[in-house]
Amino acid sequence: MSLFQYDFMLRALVGALIIGLAAPALGIYLVQRRLALIGDGIGHVALTGVGAGLLFQKSPVIMAVIAATLGAIVIELIRERGRTSGDLALALLFYGGIAGGVVLVGLSDSTSANLNAYLFGALTTTSRDDLVTIAVLGVAVLAAMIALRPALFAVCHDEEYARVSGLPVRTLNLLLAVTTAITVTIAMRAVGVLLISALMVVPVATAQQVTRGFRGTMAMAMALGLFAAGAGIWMAAVADTAPGASVVVLAIASFIVVTLLAAGWRRLRRERPVPAPAPEPHEVVLRGS
Amino acid sequence: MTSEVITVAHGVVGYDGRPVLRDVSLTVTTGEVVAILGANGSGKSTLIRAVLGLVPLSAGSVALFGRPARRFRQWHRIGYVPQRLGAGSGVPATVAEVVASGRLARRGVLRPPGRADREAVAEALRAVGLADRAKDPVGTLSGGQQQRTLIARALAGRPELLVLDEPTAGVDAASQEAFAGALRGFVDDGGTVLLVAHELGPLRPLISRAVVVHQGFIAHDGAVPDPAGHHAAPDHDHVHPHGPEEPAGLWSTR
Repeated sequence: MSLFQYDFMLRALVGALIIGLAAPALGIYLVQRRLALIGDGIGHVALTGVGAGLLFQKSPVIMAVIAATLGAIVIELIRERGRTSGDLALALLFYGGIAGGVVLVGLSDSTSANLNAYLFGALTTTSRDDLVTIAVLGVAVLAAMIALRPALFAVCHDEEYARVSGLPVRTLNLLLAVTTAITVTIAMRAVGVLLISALMVVPVATAQQVTRGFRGTMAMAMALGLFAAGAGIWMAAVADTAPGASVVVLAIASFIVVTLLAAGWRRLRRERPVPAPAPEPHEVVLRGS
Repeated sequence: MTSEVITVAHGVVGYDGRPVLRDVSLTVTTGEVVAILGANGSGKSTLIRAVLGLVPLSAGSVALFGRPARRFRQWHRIGYVPQRLGAGSGVPATVAEVVASGRLARRGVLRPPGRADREAVAEALRAVGLADRAKDPVGTLSGGQQQRTLIARALAGRPELLVLDEPTAGVDAASQEAFAGALRGFVDDGGTVLLVAHELGPLRPLISRAVVVHQGFIAHDGAVPDPAGHHAAPDHDHVHPHGPEEPAGLWSTR
């Protein structure tokens, strides 16, 4: 634990904890609307922003936020109207994003180590400025996800009903797209483009094995994200493993443990007799001829 | 004293160039309980989706509570009950959480839920007989109980108009009765109802007027037709346009 006396480890820990809390708080809405892998796609697009930042000597993180936000808005607009070609449009956007990023990074003078930092995360190189960016954006995402939970839940649960309720459905969808882009970009520092969705989705997948309601799932997913982030950084410090990958490995380990425990618990309960559900009668009563 | 709650004038709706509704006019006044009947694919669900603004009209107009739909903002006056709960995802939600969504039209997006919201949710759950299931995940409920959850969600907003899309399709007898009871309470309090049905069942005594949609036209507008469906006969396959002077229905006494 004494490793945390180093400033860079402390910064890595604080950054990871913020992301560990914010990513599942957002991810639960993405899982609910069956867009669990959207974070991956937006991460690909963010990489083009990173490449542009490195090439033009601007802040890669800011450029990534801009590219990811634009990409997320385009994806949301495609999702909103596209029924047929949405799939292909998304594929074009994703692969265009990652290819563009690799090309732009290649054109700049950066080394491949620099690209790796964004592909796999580089928490231990978090600077004080980076940490401020992560903290401000992370807290903003967290606040929006918690404060707007009833409205976002309604939109993700039943979009047509939300529309008939007079909710600003499009604004809320775009808000979700933009906060996804922001979360992806700050999580890119922690776990890298290739592992981003893991932090958004795995804690939610773990929590929903044992929870009964949406609020409970959100709270437990955030707690699990916090645990995976904290324990992952500790593991990285002690065992000298890659921090981002350690966080994700621990998140997936907790998924496996919780799944096994839940299965065992259900099995125990099944030993006891359960009242059979009332049978459903015929769907329609046919009368006349 | 009656006033127009829903006014559809010469509404036309097409999906991908294929006309589903052709020149449909319909007026529903305060206190009426109007059933839209018709075969599958007749356009009856499309009609209520057009009324709610979920599908765009390619011609004609819709007015809600006397305002053109385009400028209508008082969505808390309408409670919508879709055909079924969206397929949803693996994320669990309790019955009370789903019903609480019904308060958003009244409360708005930014205000956190308060005591009035919780009371309205509890009352709506009592009205459909699901008070004891409030904390259960909706995924564990039967089809009929899920349907009652959706009705409770609509009732929680204390609307003046309920719009229901096939509320009794595939619903068990106990739920149909609980549902008819909740609807009767709503109508007795002066509510207006527009519902799409394939089969009226226990709702039949509640209905004040039936509108039969056939091949995108209104083929009948008046008394509830016989179960055999005389609207299917060729001599009834024509439009009865009607205006605001539509006679008051059985339930529009106030």
